[in-house]
Amino acid sequence: MNDFIPAPIAQLPWKTILLLLVMASFGFVVLYSAAGGSLTPWAGLHMVRFLVFLTMAIIFSRLKENFWKTIAFPVYIVVVIMLLGVELIGAVGGGSQRWLNLGFIRIQPSELMKPAIILAVARFYDLLPAGQIRTWGAIWPLLALLAFPCALILLQPDLGTTITVVAGAMTVAFLAGLPMRLFVGGAAAIAVIAPLAFFFGLEEYQQRRVTTFLNPENDPLGAGYHISQSKIAIGSGGVFGKGFLNGTQSHLDYLPEGHTDFVFATMAEEWGLMGGVAVLFGFFLLFRWGLGVAMRAKTRFSQLAAAGLSTTIFFYVAINLMMVMGLAPVVGIPLPFLSHGGSSMMTIMICIGILMAIDRHPGRRSGTFG
Amino acid sequence: MSITGGKTISGAVQALTFSRRATIIGGLQASIGVLLAGRMAYISVAENERYQLLSESNRVNLTLVPPRRGWLIDRNGKPIANNKTDFRVDLIPDRMRDKDKTVATLAQLLSLDEEEIDRINKELEQATSFQPVQVATGLDWESFAAVSVRLPDLPGVSPRQGFSRFYPTGAAVGHLVGYVGIASAEDYKENPDPILVTPGYKIGKDGIEKTFEDRLQGKPGAKRVEVTARGKIVRELDSRPDIPGKAMQMTLDIDLQEYAARRLGPESGSVVVMDCETGDILAMTSMPSFDPNSFSDGIGQTEYGMLRDDDHVPLRDKSLKGLFPPGSTIKPMVGLAFLEAGLSPDEAVNCNGGLRVGNRRFRCWNRRGHGRVDMAKGIYQSCDVYFYHFAQKIGMNPIALMANRLGLGQEFPLPVTNQFYGTVPDPQWKMKKFDKSWQAFDTVNATIGQGYMLANPLQLAVMSARIATGKKLMPHLLLGGKRKPVETLNIEPEHMAYIHEAMSQVVNGGGTARRARLPLDDVKLAGKTGTAQVVNLDFGRGGKDVAWKFRDHGLFVCFAPVDNPRYAAAVVIEHGGGSGSAYPVARDVMTFLYDREKAMSVLTDLEKSWGGTINERMDKKMTAYRAKIAIEKAIAEGRITPEGAVATGDTANPEMGQ
Repeated sequence: MNDFIPAPIAQLPWKTILLLLVMASFGFVVLYSAAGGSLTPWAGLHMVRFLVFLTMAIIFSRLKENFWKTIAFPVYIVVVIMLLGVELIGAVGGGSQRWLNLGFIRIQPSELMKPAIILAVARFYDLLPAGQIRTWGAIWPLLALLAFPCALILLQPDLGTTITVVAGAMTVAFLAGLPMRLFVGGAAAIAVIAPLAFFFGLEEYQQRRVTTFLNPENDPLGAGYHISQSKIAIGSGGVFGKGFLNGTQSHLDYLPEGHTDFVFATMAEEWGLMGGVAVLFGFFLLFRWGLGVAMRAKTRFSQLAAAGLSTTIFFYVAINLMMVMGLAPVVGIPLPFLSHGGSSMMTIMICIGILMAIDRHPGRRSGTFG
Repeated sequence: MSITGGKTISGAVQALTFSRRATIIGGLQASIGVLLAGRMAYISVAENERYQLLSESNRVNLTLVPPRRGWLIDRNGKPIANNKTDFRVDLIPDRMRDKDKTVATLAQLLSLDEEEIDRINKELEQATSFQPVQVATGLDWESFAAVSVRLPDLPGVSPRQGFSRFYPTGAAVGHLVGYVGIASAEDYKENPDPILVTPGYKIGKDGIEKTFEDRLQGKPGAKRVEVTARGKIVRELDSRPDIPGKAMQMTLDIDLQEYAARRLGPESGSVVVMDCETGDILAMTSMPSFDPNSFSDGIGQTEYGMLRDDDHVPLRDKSLKGLFPPGSTIKPMVGLAFLEAGLSPDEAVNCNGGLRVGNRRFRCWNRRGHGRVDMAKGIYQSCDVYFYHFAQKIGMNPIALMANRLGLGQEFPLPVTNQFYGTVPDPQWKMKKFDKSWQAFDTVNATIGQGYMLANPLQLAVMSARIATGKKLMPHLLLGGKRKPVETLNIEPEHMAYIHEAMSQVVNGGGTARRARLPLDDVKLAGKTGTAQVVNLDFGRGGKDVAWKFRDHGLFVCFAPVDNPRYAAAVVIEHGGGSGSAYPVARDVMTFLYDREKAMSVLTDLEKSWGGTINERMDKKMTAYRAKIAIEKAIAEGRITPEGAVATGDTANPEMGQ
């Protein structure tokens, strides 16, 4: 093969690109149906965006570990400043917003924070001497790194993104080797505090939101509507689905957000359990690749960053799918490669790009890359 | 980063920790993946059937099409109740988002008045989620279209083209036929059929409409349409036409019914006309009445208030539920009882204007007395003393027996919601009811149709028909179907002939109702007048010069032609001031049966003097009532003083005082 194809092209991670292409194309097909069999307004743009961001990811894959190490903290600081900017503009303009309009592009800084926090935390544990990993000094800088962005994102308010950011950072900290008891204890503490907080800390309307998630049929026209309709879409699809372009829940507008957060339900209605299993299998291959990249990486930063970025994408998938299947409350998190939406796709492709860079340059103990 | 030896070991440990923990993470991710796959399999396989059903019920909207009600037609095939096409708008409270805004928009589009808006808001508050609330019916195409095009902005609004019940003769058939209306919450609880809450579906609420609900209602049609979440119809899937209810033919002659209703004019009363061959009820009116058309459209608060407050009780069916002392109209019946008991019709009594019974003197209506009175004169001059005298001799039981045989105190097997059957008193009855023994004065009272004796106008008509024919005629409201052959009453033909002649004398001879003679050459009317006292007035009879509610009732029973009775009738005018209010009505109604033009010309002149037809007078009354309510409201709100209002009220409301 190498004889016929130029080296730079032959060296591209074709397997990964093919996987991404297949998944995004399936997203294209689903969005085409969601628009009632039309390229506009979603499917065409979805594919164009994907190709643009794929190109970006391939460019990223040429950059070596040192580059990512170097920009880890500066990027983090820039994104925090952008988050601050969003708040200021919101305060001045009256009314909260999540967007930052840079004239030629509208950026959602909270999305950018997802990979940024991974890089920053990975860089921090990379810098931390191995002996200090079980000391207080390994913990407070993590909390400090989280404090600013989380406070700013919560102000927007965007609980879903906050949770993803915290979970991503925690995963990196866990992999970095923080004492296990902290995580076990933390999980136990949440298990104890959550019910207490539910009964004593939440207002009645907030409690209702949680009970609605637990039993959406009680409020089929109110807050439970999304979950109910999503389950109806998935459930009515059965094993083989209603067939391409034959979904009624999505085409007759019963399923809200059928092209964004609830795209999986749109897909499942027409492609059934088979489609769902295929999508899950695609993600399985992706995360196997992602964790494989982390395992193969030779340097601490690469390991932590790769695992963290892979897990960040995993959180998108897990929270989104749990939500559409009625296992989690409705939080606005899209499904990678299938949902229509530029910001989240950019975030995911940034993660993919850095993963591909680490895959290409697994690093050497000596610190030289080839 | 410089790597020292110690840290290298530490770094190696860290690497080990990393791969161990990365494996944990991978395991966790894999198990979440398995959980998700399991969850999806559970939803889409195990619960597939349930969700498929839910998805279908989302997608498909089954709209029921209310069936057209069966027509009610009269004996000649003329419609009594039919259906007219109707554009209507309803609200489904369940689907509404912003109630106030929606109602306001509709009010503007359909130019609803304040009272209507109040009614809609009130009904919206009371309505359970599934009950449609009627906004307007009988809309023209423009208003209907105006609402239809704005549907996307008006969730919960349901414009429909359908049929509504129409009663061409309006108030004339109100009590008898009843009306239709939206099913109540109780109806729905009893029978949770979705058709009951389909906008435009009405059920019989009273009268014939209620009794024959099952036969009249028909079977609803259905339309399955695919709809979007916002209720926009994408396409029609299939439809099944409605099966209209069966038409029912009534015994009524609707023209006669309407004529009788109109002829009653401003009076409160009832006219019942029966066919003497079959017992068919040709007319059974009770006035004043309500317009079943406005009831069926959902009556306004003010209109209902007006009907409720009226002392002429337009909401009560006086033909079946009005009980009146029959007065002297029962004298022919009492005469028959005397004859059967063996009294010779020629036996006479001297009337000097009264008779002492016990320690009380019972007066004859004629204070000057009638002189020598035999049975015929007792009937055509309606001499009370004759009956006081012989009733005491014969006793109450034969009279009560005859009364029951002729239909008094009887409940007839008619398809009506309710009939009050009154009282024919006898000694056993009094003992049972009041635990008191029967007295001579009880007989005396009963024999002139006063005291405990009570009857409804239908019973008086039946009595009249049975006297006319000697047959046990049963009243009927429906044509067709199997009827039992008419039995005979076994009354001696000579007795009948004698009584008929006496009743003819009432009208055609020297009797009490000479003005009731028919304006026809070949048809003679026989009848009997009755004036029933309402209260025992110290100052004499309750004529036109006392307050309305103290006036005597005016009654008249009759049949025609005398020699071969064909029609029998009873007219009761509540507080008419005496029989003089009743027999002209009977005369004109009977005339109508033979010569419509002659009868109509009388009516046309009368209606001019009364201020218009039934509808015109009802409209005027309504306007006056509205004005009165407005003034009362203004006084209550302190906008005008009561003194100022009296003058205004009286001029605005010339009819209210009557």
